[in-house]
Amino acid sequence: MLRQIGIPLASIIVFLALWELLVWANGWPNFKMASPSDLPPAFIRYWDLFLSMGWQTLWRTVAGLALAVVVGTAIGMIIGFSRIARDALYPLLVGFNAIPKATLVPVISLIFIGQHDFNTVLMAFMISFFPIAVSVGIGLSTLEPEYRDILRSLGASRFTIFRKIALPKTLPEFFGALKVSVTLAFIGTNLVEIVSPHGRGLGALFKSGETNGDYPLMFAVLIALAFLGIVLYYAVVYLEKVFAGWAERPQS
Amino acid sequence: MENLIDIKGVTHAYKTDSGPLPVLDGLDVSVPEGTFAAVVGPSGCGKSTLTRLVAGLMKPDEGEVWLHGERVKGPRKTVGMAFQNPVLLEWRTILQNVILPLEIVAPSMSQKDRETRAHELLDMVGLTGFDDKRPSELSGGMRQRASLCRSIVHKPEVLIMDEPFGALDAFTREDLWQTMRDLRKAEPFTCVLITHDLRESVFLGDQVIVLSGRPARTQYVMPIELPEDRTLDILYTPAVADMLHVLRDQIKIAQGRAPEVH
Repeated sequence: MLRQIGIPLASIIVFLALWELLVWANGWPNFKMASPSDLPPAFIRYWDLFLSMGWQTLWRTVAGLALAVVVGTAIGMIIGFSRIARDALYPLLVGFNAIPKATLVPVISLIFIGQHDFNTVLMAFMISFFPIAVSVGIGLSTLEPEYRDILRSLGASRFTIFRKIALPKTLPEFFGALKVSVTLAFIGTNLVEIVSPHGRGLGALFKSGETNGDYPLMFAVLIALAFLGIVLYYAVVYLEKVFAGWAERPQS
Repeated sequence: MENLIDIKGVTHAYKTDSGPLPVLDGLDVSVPEGTFAAVVGPSGCGKSTLTRLVAGLMKPDEGEVWLHGERVKGPRKTVGMAFQNPVLLEWRTILQNVILPLEIVAPSMSQKDRETRAHELLDMVGLTGFDDKRPSELSGGMRQRASLCRSIVHKPEVLIMDEPFGALDAFTREDLWQTMRDLRKAEPFTCVLITHDLRESVFLGDQVIVLSGRPARTQYVMPIELPEDRTLDILYTPAVADMLHVLRDQIKIAQGRAPEVH
């Protein structure tokens, strides 16, 4: 218990101390780089905003992720089970994923004018579904034929084989991808929040800090984002333990 | 005695990019009910194709596969399969793994009855008390024992085994031969065993079928007339040594080499 909490906590404290030292040693003013000691006043001053904006960012990120899980798993199943679909969809998927998502912000904001919530969720989804689709697809297509045969030889339906074998077997890969997607989804949400005029969420708070030259506020937003990222990441770790804990080998 | 498995003139070829690859050529195999057929042959001669045909997982290009007087057209619930890889599901406990086929073939059976049946088998193969272990916590031999339990838990008419002991060390393998012999006495299945091990084929089989090189046909059938209660000692008797010699020569022929002169 001490190791699980103490060591990460200590590393965070050391990191903050080094950061403070860096700013102090260089004598940087806080409009060049804020130091950790500038942050608590910023948090206290804008506490209400952090709570409401943080909530905006969080729910839209989670909504985008949920969409990415549903659509990503569906695409993964299609490319995992059908060779033809795999050959047809892979170039499209890879191509779409290679497009820098920042370039899509003006596109979707023109298609769905003023739909800030929707656009944010959509971007979080678009940036985060790819790892899920690929990992589920690979997990399903690399299922050893014997695993299928033990049930198929008993006359089990494709759906039964999927539910009892293919689905649980791909869970570890799925959660591995979900951990990557969590951080990606935050990038998507903030991209839209920062770029959209009159946006909401932590990204918009960051933007207003920039407009007003309030550097401690900008850094405080970054820390708040990092905090939300950590919370969501460990939520996924917890779910992984519950649903795919069997994949963890006992440590020797 | 009636034949439980009848394979009549089965010919099969796989489609590959460089044209058809014939693997079976007019194969005939008959296995009487309740007996044990061991199939040996050179590597890659189509033995695994044979198991998939009997299991109804694929259809032959030509010829017929009959099971209990019915022509095999697809998978059936009366078949059990075991492979070299034990393919246990890592997210299930040993008990849950053994129960798996019952969930498919006997959906109305109560969980309690399923567990009773699984326990009966786990006790027989020496896995008492390993119910709640995960497959990763067991040795290779124990995993294969659990896999055997799973393949017969639904009381199949036919047990098809594709080199089930191939990946085990020599001593563990001999232990499992004895387990297999004991299971046969307690359970009513008819068995087809694919193997590369001639001693295994003689110890377990009522007949040993030698397949020729690819495309495979039945090259030689040796009835094994040994007492049912065999012990490992029997493998060191002159009678068995003679059988092994004959089989060895047949394999050489199947491989396209001249048999040794004794």
